[in-house]
Amino acid sequence: MTLNALFLRGLRMKYLRTLAPLTLVAVCLWLQSCAKPSNQARAQTQGKLVLTGSSTVAPLVSEMAKRYEADHPGVRIDVQSGGSSRGIADARQGVADIGMVSRTLKENENDLQAFSIAKDGVSVILHKENPISALSDQQVVDIYTKQVTNWKAVGGKDAPITVVNKAEGRSTLELFAQYFKLEPKAIKADVVIGDNEQGIKTVAGNPNAIGYVSIGSAEYDATHGSPIKLLPIKGNAASIANVANEKFPISRPLNLVTKTTPTGLQKDFIDFARSPQVQDIVKQQYFVSPTQ
Amino acid sequence: MSNSNISFHQRSEAVFIWVLRGLALIAGAIVLLILFFLIWEAIPLLQQIGLSRFLTDPSWHPASNEFNLMPMLTGTLIVMATSVLVATPLGIVSAVFCQYYAPPAIAQLYRRLIELLAGIPSVVYGFWGLVVLVPLIGRLHPPGPSLLAGTLILTLMILPTIALVADATFANVAPEYLKGCAVLGLSRWATIREVIFPAARAGLITGIILETGRAIGETMAVLMVCGNVVQVPNSLFDPVRTLTANIALEMAYAVDNHRSALFVSGLVLMMLIGILVAIAEVLNRGHLYDK
Repeated sequence: MTLNALFLRGLRMKYLRTLAPLTLVAVCLWLQSCAKPSNQARAQTQGKLVLTGSSTVAPLVSEMAKRYEADHPGVRIDVQSGGSSRGIADARQGVADIGMVSRTLKENENDLQAFSIAKDGVSVILHKENPISALSDQQVVDIYTKQVTNWKAVGGKDAPITVVNKAEGRSTLELFAQYFKLEPKAIKADVVIGDNEQGIKTVAGNPNAIGYVSIGSAEYDATHGSPIKLLPIKGNAASIANVANEKFPISRPLNLVTKTTPTGLQKDFIDFARSPQVQDIVKQQYFVSPTQ
Repeated sequence: MSNSNISFHQRSEAVFIWVLRGLALIAGAIVLLILFFLIWEAIPLLQQIGLSRFLTDPSWHPASNEFNLMPMLTGTLIVMATSVLVATPLGIVSAVFCQYYAPPAIAQLYRRLIELLAGIPSVVYGFWGLVVLVPLIGRLHPPGPSLLAGTLILTLMILPTIALVADATFANVAPEYLKGCAVLGLSRWATIREVIFPAARAGLITGIILETGRAIGETMAVLMVCGNVVQVPNSLFDPVRTLTANIALEMAYAVDNHRSALFVSGLVLMMLIGILVAIAEVLNRGHLYDK
């Protein structure tokens, strides 16, 4: 008989018609059980961690999480950015296990506990082709409040300045405004961006833009080919060496925050993030180890 | 509008009919639940500061208790209007080309291309816009992220919608019309202009409604290319912030009043969509789903 006729004969048999969907369901259930990690061997650390918050801390914690997951196969760590304010809010509400915050905690945040994993600075960045190599504090203030709108007024080309500002709720904005004694409301921006990478891409795409981002992300991208440069502040270059020896004025600790004293997987990961095992990741991302 | 001349006698169909009713109820209930949730979350702030503050405050600065939604609402409306104005003629013309002027092989290829365009995720459009389009516009006229960038990206995103819907509508026009026109000796363009467009009116309006809905609701792409500055734009090259981009930027960390304000902006968006649907109903005078 032809294959076709055999097949049809099989279909015509009643039990085969009910057996096929049942087999399909059984196979699906079995496949789904394969996805769960085997419960017997992994008695130690297992579970899921959710970290949300600062976009400055997120890439660093992402790398640390990858290494941790490699060492502890039963663990899954989920890292999301969204701003330091999101880290605080999510840690408070329990939406995230650990919040990431790129500044010291304020007085009204005393219900949370902070654990520092690195130090970072905030630097003003320009496009590499911009002839300006330094700006005084007053010039930065004037540019950001639109008292000065053309580069030639500060010694550069004759071109309008594109001011890039961070959205409210980002601690990079808060630190920037605090150091330059600006009210966030007084900043008149041409472009408002969310995380550091968007800021770097915006400045890299516009030779007449000025922005401010974390030194870690800026240095990392600059050494990986992004056409940006970091400006010194008051003569101190924006480098990790200057952040480490406190010469660079705008610096901040990168913190992991929790609502209660960390236990179990939380504690394990926070200890891991502060251990000597990950200091090479901290250096790779152009941050400063907290112990220095 | 229901086809009550279909009668069913078999009992086995009754189960099926009830399952259908249940599923339809769930779908309708979800929409209503979302609406009620929005109203529930928005009411605390509305009760506290009233409706007029959303129109008359100096600006949008939730940290300083200012909640003016007008600049962002204007931004949404302008971006929507300009992109729909550009995309609609382009989409309809490309559908006309595909159906009536292109050789079948090219028409097939073109249709697949448009379908591919429809399937690209909006984040990819936003990324391309940020890395390619915005610097291009910036070289033309700083700063770069602007109303123009948002319009161009949105046009690219909604063009496939109107093109595919128009294409399907044109394919559904009764072939008797075409034959009648041929018999009368009308030219191709005269047929399209005088007979096909009026016959396809309901479908084209549906397509326009769909694309406008997408333009109003698009978040990621406009967030990346529009500049996000809260202001009423004075020129095509000024940055704007749309209501959707605002919610995406601030939702994660908004608390109390700020959060309620974002829900109010969500309600405004739903109202816009409601107005859109009402306009569709009026334009079609109830014949939207008739053949």
